[in-house]
Amino acid sequence: MSEPSSSTRTLHVDEHTIEEMRHHMRRYLIVGVALAVGTGLTVWASLINFGSYEINIVVALIIASAKGFLVAGFFMHLISEKKMIYAVLSCTAFFFTGLFFLTLWSMAHENIIQIHLR
Amino acid sequence: MSLINQNPSHMEIPYAVKPRPDTGLYNAKVGIWLFLASEVMLFGALFCSYILMRVNAPEGTWPHHWLNIWMGMTNTIVLIFSSVTVVLSWASLKMGQFKRYKFYQSITILCALAFLGIKSFEYHDKFIHYQVNLKDGRIFDGHLQSAASTTNQFVFKGRFIDKPEELYNPPLEHAEEPPITIAKSDIKIDPTTKQPMMENYGPWHNTYLAIYFTMTGLHALHVIAGCIVIFAIWGPLAKVWEQDPERYVNRVEVSGLFWHFVDLVWIFLFPVLYLL
Amino acid sequence: MQPTLHADTHAQASHHEEPGFWQKYIFSTDHKVIGIQYGITGLMFLFLGLCLMSVMRWQMANPGTGVPLVGPLLYHLLGESAVSKTGVISPDLYNAFGAMHGTIMVFLAIVPLAFGAFGNFVTPLQIGAPDMTFPRVNMVSYQFYFMGGILMLASFFIPGGAAKSGWTSYSPLATIADMNLRPNGQTFWIIGMVCLINSSLLGAVNFITTIIQLRAKGLSWMRLPFFCWAQFVTAFLLLLAFPPLEAAAVLQLMDNLLRTSFFLPTGLVVSGKLLHISGGGSPLLWQHLFWFLAHPEVYVLILPGMGIVTEVIANNTRKPIWGYRSMVYSILAIGFLSFIVWAHHMYLTGMGVRIATFFQTTTMVISIPSVVILTALFISLWGGSIRINTPMLFALGFLPMFGIGGLTGLPLGFNASDIHLHDTYYVIAHFHYIVAPGTIFALFAGIYYWYPKATGRMLSEYWGKVHFALSFVFMNLVFMPMFIQGMAGMSRRMYDGGATYASNGDVVGLSPYIIGLNTSVSHAVWALGLAQIPFIINFFWSLNWGKKVTSDNPWEATTLEWQTPTPPPHGNFDKEIEVVRGPYEYSVPGKSRDFTPQNEPDQPEPIPHGNPVRS
Repeated sequence: MSEPSSSTRTLHVDEHTIEEMRHHMRRYLIVGVALAVGTGLTVWASLINFGSYEINIVVALIIASAKGFLVAGFFMHLISEKKMIYAVLSCTAFFFTGLFFLTLWSMAHENIIQIHLR
Repeated sequence: MSLINQNPSHMEIPYAVKPRPDTGLYNAKVGIWLFLASEVMLFGALFCSYILMRVNAPEGTWPHHWLNIWMGMTNTIVLIFSSVTVVLSWASLKMGQFKRYKFYQSITILCALAFLGIKSFEYHDKFIHYQVNLKDGRIFDGHLQSAASTTNQFVFKGRFIDKPEELYNPPLEHAEEPPITIAKSDIKIDPTTKQPMMENYGPWHNTYLAIYFTMTGLHALHVIAGCIVIFAIWGPLAKVWEQDPERYVNRVEVSGLFWHFVDLVWIFLFPVLYLL
Repeated sequence: MQPTLHADTHAQASHHEEPGFWQKYIFSTDHKVIGIQYGITGLMFLFLGLCLMSVMRWQMANPGTGVPLVGPLLYHLLGESAVSKTGVISPDLYNAFGAMHGTIMVFLAIVPLAFGAFGNFVTPLQIGAPDMTFPRVNMVSYQFYFMGGILMLASFFIPGGAAKSGWTSYSPLATIADMNLRPNGQTFWIIGMVCLINSSLLGAVNFITTIIQLRAKGLSWMRLPFFCWAQFVTAFLLLLAFPPLEAAAVLQLMDNLLRTSFFLPTGLVVSGKLLHISGGGSPLLWQHLFWFLAHPEVYVLILPGMGIVTEVIANNTRKPIWGYRSMVYSILAIGFLSFIVWAHHMYLTGMGVRIATFFQTTTMVISIPSVVILTALFISLWGGSIRINTPMLFALGFLPMFGIGGLTGLPLGFNASDIHLHDTYYVIAHFHYIVAPGTIFALFAGIYYWYPKATGRMLSEYWGKVHFALSFVFMNLVFMPMFIQGMAGMSRRMYDGGATYASNGDVVGLSPYIIGLNTSVSHAVWALGLAQIPFIINFFWSLNWGKKVTSDNPWEATTLEWQTPTPPPHGNFDKEIEVVRGPYEYSVPGKSRDFTPQNEPDQPEPIPHGNPVRS
C-alpha cells in the first residue's frame, strides 16, 4: 500500500448506504434489547419449579438457542448471507451433529450403564 | 524466467478487498467463517464432554448454583452490550463516520476488560473456597479469610453441612456468615495422601469445576484474543482507514464476526454452567 | 483473527529489491518456499521415523541384545535409564520409540508432506493463483508445525523421556505414565500436538479460501484438477475433525497438569494404590474425541496421495482420466462419510451391538467410493500409450499397494472378525499398506514429477528406477509377513516381539515360524532404509548437476502449473491465465500435439499445407 490512488481506494458512501445503515442500526438496538430480555428470562425461568427438572433444562436451552439465533442471524448477518457460507456451515452442522449424537448414543448405551452399575 | 520477476501487478492477491463475483465474498470473510466453523467443532466437543461428565455423575452429585448467578448475568449483559457496540461501530464506519466508529469500539474494548475483570473475580472466589472434612465427621464449606489465618488454624466464612446433598445444592440466598476458626489438628487426614482433607474449589475438586474452568478459561482466551485484534485495528492500524478505507471496513467486519461468535459461545455457557 | 494478517501482500510486492536470505528462505510468505520448507522438514521427520523403527526392529528380532552401533550412541544421548551400557534398549524406551514413530510419521511427516508441501507448492499453481489468499497465515502455519516438531524432539531428552503411551495416547494410561515427573513426555506431546493442530487449522482455512476464491478465470469446479479436489476435501477434514482433538488435548493437559479427572474414572488404582483424584471421568470419551479426528486423519493421509497419483497417471497414459466426475463425487462422499465411521476403532470397548452395527455399516459404505476411485484409475490405464518413467512407476506401484491395504481393512471393519484381529500385527500391516507403500509411494511420485518445476532440473531417471524397484520389493517384504503374524494372533506393541507368547512344551502359542518372521521383517526394514540412499543422493546431487529442463513443461502436461516460468517466480504467472477446458485433455483427436493445456485458447485448426483435399 505504497501509493494509495485516491480514485480506487476510497469508500463509496451514498444516500442509499446511509439509509440502509440507519435501518440496520435500529434493528441492532432492537435485537440487543431482545437479548437482554432473553437473559433475564432465562434466569427467571431457571428459578421456577416446573415440577420436573428436565423442563427447566429444555426451557433454558430453547431460550439460549433463540438468543443464539438472534446473534448469528442479525449481528453476524446470517439471515442474508452468501450461498458459499451456508454450504460451509451446513457441513459443519452435519459433522457437529454426528459428533454429538453418535458419541452420546454409543456412551449412553445400556451395556455401559450395566457395567457402571456393577 | 528468473527469480527476480517481482512485477507487483501479478503479485496482488485478487479479491482481498472487493468480493469475487461468483461467490460474492472477499477472501477474509470466507476465511473467518471457515475459522469459526472449526471453532464450532472445538466448543462442540467441549459441550459434548460436559454432557457426558454430567450424565456419568452419580445421582445427586452434579452441583447446582455453585456460581454466582448475578455475576454471570452481569457478564452476559456486558458481552451482549459489547456485541451491539461492535455492529454499531461497523455500521458507522460504513457511513464514513470514523469518530463514531472509534467511540463505539472503545466501549467494546472496555466491555471486554470488564468481562475479564468479573471473570477473574469469580475465579479468585473459587480458589479461596474450601471444603474441609473434620475428624469428628462433620463437613465444613466456606471461604478462607487468609488475612486472619495462621499455619495452624484457619479462619473461614461459611457453614457446616448437615446433609451431603446440601454440598451440591447450596441455598441460593443465605445470611452473612460469621467467621469460624478451625484448627489444623481438627482436620481429618486423608489415608492415601497423608495430608489434611482441606481442598479448594479448583479444577481438581470435581468434574463440574474441571469443565467449568476449562470451558470458561478457553472462552476467556478467546475474549482476550478478540480484544487484542479489535484494539489493534482501532489503534495501531487505524491509518489504514485513510489509505484503503474499504479494506479497513472489511477488517472491522471480520473482527466483529469473531467477537459475535465469542458472545454466542457465552450465551450457551451461561445457562449450562450457572443456571442448570 | 484473520484480518490483521491478510493484507501484507502489498507491502511485499511494493519493494523491488531482492529480499535477504532470512526474508527469502526462512520467513518467506511465498507459498512455494513454504511448500519446500514443509517438504524438507517432512522428509527429515520421515527418515527419523524410519530410524526409530529400525532400532525397535532390532529389539524385536533379537530381544535383550544390544543394538549394534546405534545402541552405544543412544546410551550416551539418553542415559542409562533408557539404554544399557551394552546398548540394550529399555521397555520404556521401546514404548517411547513406538509412540513417537506413530506420532512423527502421521503428524510430522506424512500430513506435512502430502498437505503442507505438495498442497502449498502445487495447489496455487494449478488453479492459476499468484499465491495463497493469506500468505502470512501460511508462514505462521509452518512455524507452528516447526514448533510442534521441536517440542516432540525435545521430549526425548527430558527426565522420563518422550511420551510412551502409543500415538493414540489413550487415557488413563497416558495420564498415569511418569506421574511423578510432571511436566513429562506426555505434557510435551500434548503441547506439541496443539501446535500441530493449530498449524493444520490455519493451513486448512488458507487452502479452502484459496481454492474457493483464487481460481483463475474460467476454472470452474468441474475443470479443477483432481489433485486440487483432493486437497480441498483434505482441508475440510482437517478443519472440522482436528478441533475435537484439540479439545481432547486441552482436557488431557488439564488432567496432566491440574489433576482434573476428565478421562480418569472413580476408584482408579495404580500399582496397588488408590489414586488421589476426584474421579468421575470417562476413558471412553478420550477414545471418541481422538478417533473422531484420527479416522478422518486416515483420509487426510491418503486423499492427497490419490490426487498426486491421478495427475501422474493422466500425464503418463496420455489420455483423459476415466470417470473424472465420478471420482470427484466419490472423493466428496469419502469426505462426508469419513466423519461417521470413527468408532470402528472401538468395537472392543463394549459399545453395544446396535451402535457397533451402525458403524460397521458406514464403514462398509465408505469403501465404495474408495473402490470407485481406484477402479477409475485402473481403467484409465486401459488403452493408454503409457510412458514408464519414475513418477509413473511409483504411481503404478501405489495402485495395487493401496488396493491391498484397502481390501484388508474390510475384515477389521466387520465387528465379528475384528474381535480376532483387533490390536494384532494384522492391523499394523493393513494401515501400513495404505500409508507406506500407498501414500509414501504417491509422495515419491510427486517428488519425481514436480522436482523439475521447483528446481529447473530433472532427478536422475536411472537412480529413480533403482529407488523404486528396491523400495517396492522391501516394502512388501516388510509388511506382507505381518498379515501372517497378525492372523496367528501376534499382538502389537510387544517389547520382546511376542516371545512371551511363544509355544512352549504343552503350552500352545505363537509358533517358531511366526516368531521367526520377526527376523526377516527386520532385515527387510533395514534394507528398505538403505534403499532410500539412492534417493537422498539423487535429491541433493540433482539440485546442481541434474539434467536441465529444456522447457517449462518437460512432461508435456495440461495443468496450469506447467504454464509458469521455471522455477516459478514470486507471483507465479507472467501472463494472464484464462482456463478454457478441463484438466486432462490429452490426445484430443484432431490436435497437432497429444496434450492441450487448460489455458490454450481454442483456435481453428490451421489449414494443412499443400492442396486442399479434393472430394
